[in-house]
Amino acid sequence: MNELVITRMNHLIDPNLHIWGWEVPVYLFFGGLVAGIMIISGYFIVTHKYKAENSALTFLPYLGIILISVGMGSLFLDLEHKLFTWRMYTAFMWKSPMSWGAWILMLVYPILLILSFIKISPMIGALIPGLYKISERINKPNILKALGILSISIGALLGLYTGVLLSAFGARPAWNSAMLWIIFLTSGLSAAAALIHMIAKNKDERELLAKSDNVLLIIEFVLILLYLVGLLTSSQVSNDAAMLLINGKFAAIFWIFVVGIGIIIPLIIQLSAVTHRIKHTSVGPILVLFGGLMLRFIIVAVGQYSHWSSAVLK
Amino acid sequence: MARYGMVIDTAKCVGCMDCVVACKTENNVPEGFNRDWIAYETNGVFPTLTQEIRSERCNQCDNPPCVYCCPSGASHVSEQGGIVLVTQDECVGCKACMAACPYGARFVNPEGYADKCTFCNHRLENGELPACVSVCPTYCMHFGDFDDPESEVSKLLKSRKNHPLIPAAGTEPQIYYLV
Repeated sequence: MNELVITRMNHLIDPNLHIWGWEVPVYLFFGGLVAGIMIISGYFIVTHKYKAENSALTFLPYLGIILISVGMGSLFLDLEHKLFTWRMYTAFMWKSPMSWGAWILMLVYPILLILSFIKISPMIGALIPGLYKISERINKPNILKALGILSISIGALLGLYTGVLLSAFGARPAWNSAMLWIIFLTSGLSAAAALIHMIAKNKDERELLAKSDNVLLIIEFVLILLYLVGLLTSSQVSNDAAMLLINGKFAAIFWIFVVGIGIIIPLIIQLSAVTHRIKHTSVGPILVLFGGLMLRFIIVAVGQYSHWSSAVLK
Repeated sequence: MARYGMVIDTAKCVGCMDCVVACKTENNVPEGFNRDWIAYETNGVFPTLTQEIRSERCNQCDNPPCVYCCPSGASHVSEQGGIVLVTQDECVGCKACMAACPYGARFVNPEGYADKCTFCNHRLENGELPACVSVCPTYCMHFGDFDDPESEVSKLLKSRKNHPLIPAAGTEPQIYYLV
């Protein structure tokens, strides 16, 4: 036997680490979603699809600004020393993924704002007619191409960062996998595709995003399996962490909510929709969004629960 | 340059918790929190069981993940002695350092900043030992400079079998336990 008893019972630390509640998963979800929105917006710009009537680019930048603000608001609620939040922006700590994230988020706002000038919504244009002048100035092929590429690049950085943030914690075996980078990026893209598929007015865009989302869901499923295989074939502590998701404490909610309801069922629904067996409805996209949120909740929770066990204390 | 650390003799530690009380008193550690604690680890199969009693705290790692992950630079390594410290009014309370520590040595002070053992650096500046070391009734705790081969801690490490905590985590802890 190996039994470890300690006299410490610090709040948020014992008996298991539980420092991050709902705020951080919500922040990671919205961060990923906005990353996806930026990548899709950039793609629409580079491929000139935004010129189509009723293109989603009319509202995507505004939506991105609102959603990233909700995510950052959620992160702010998680901070314990709120009056000192500004301290994040008095230094750039290159070894800290959180510092990278703080500065990346500062790039997201101006880029989304500039994207919003490309295609002015008639409603907003009526309120602020001066925006049309700005729009004219940036609607030049070279500028648009540069903006599209910038939006894709910063979006990809933002999406990857949400995974890097967790994967950098060597003390948490369930997080300590670079697969999280690409899983969170793919999940963010998938959630953004689902959201735009649900609310876009342009039929071609809806069709394109539904098809893209199906591919992204398949990729996400494969990546999740590879993430588990990676942990299983690593050290004992990583193996223990994988088992928490495979058949342990978090298995039921992981397989039911993330894999079943969040990937498999919407994939079946959307495959049926793109092959014209059923009509496009909001059910599939809503499930994808729900699955993306649950993925963050479960990964954040399982990482905090996983630890270096007493069996390897010496 | 000094490299401060501790050597704790588990053959002498009885788990009396004097070190815990001394730390709480010296550093005004808030009620319900501990910067140091006692661990009782039992191994083996009855009746051939062995138990190790350890006084544990922040391991003042040489490769401190809590410092690397800090987004504001509040967590840092002191120039004198390589002690891992937190500048309270630079800490945003993001708790990343708590996630990064494999020892669970940090906590959020009720005032909002990350809190942990400092090796009583305010006492070290006055030439005194950390409070926990100074009160130990069995003299099981030893504090000193690992960079000085003639220091008591360096000699103890050479003379006795010892282990740090979770070396596989790669943090290079600077507290060693004599067995």
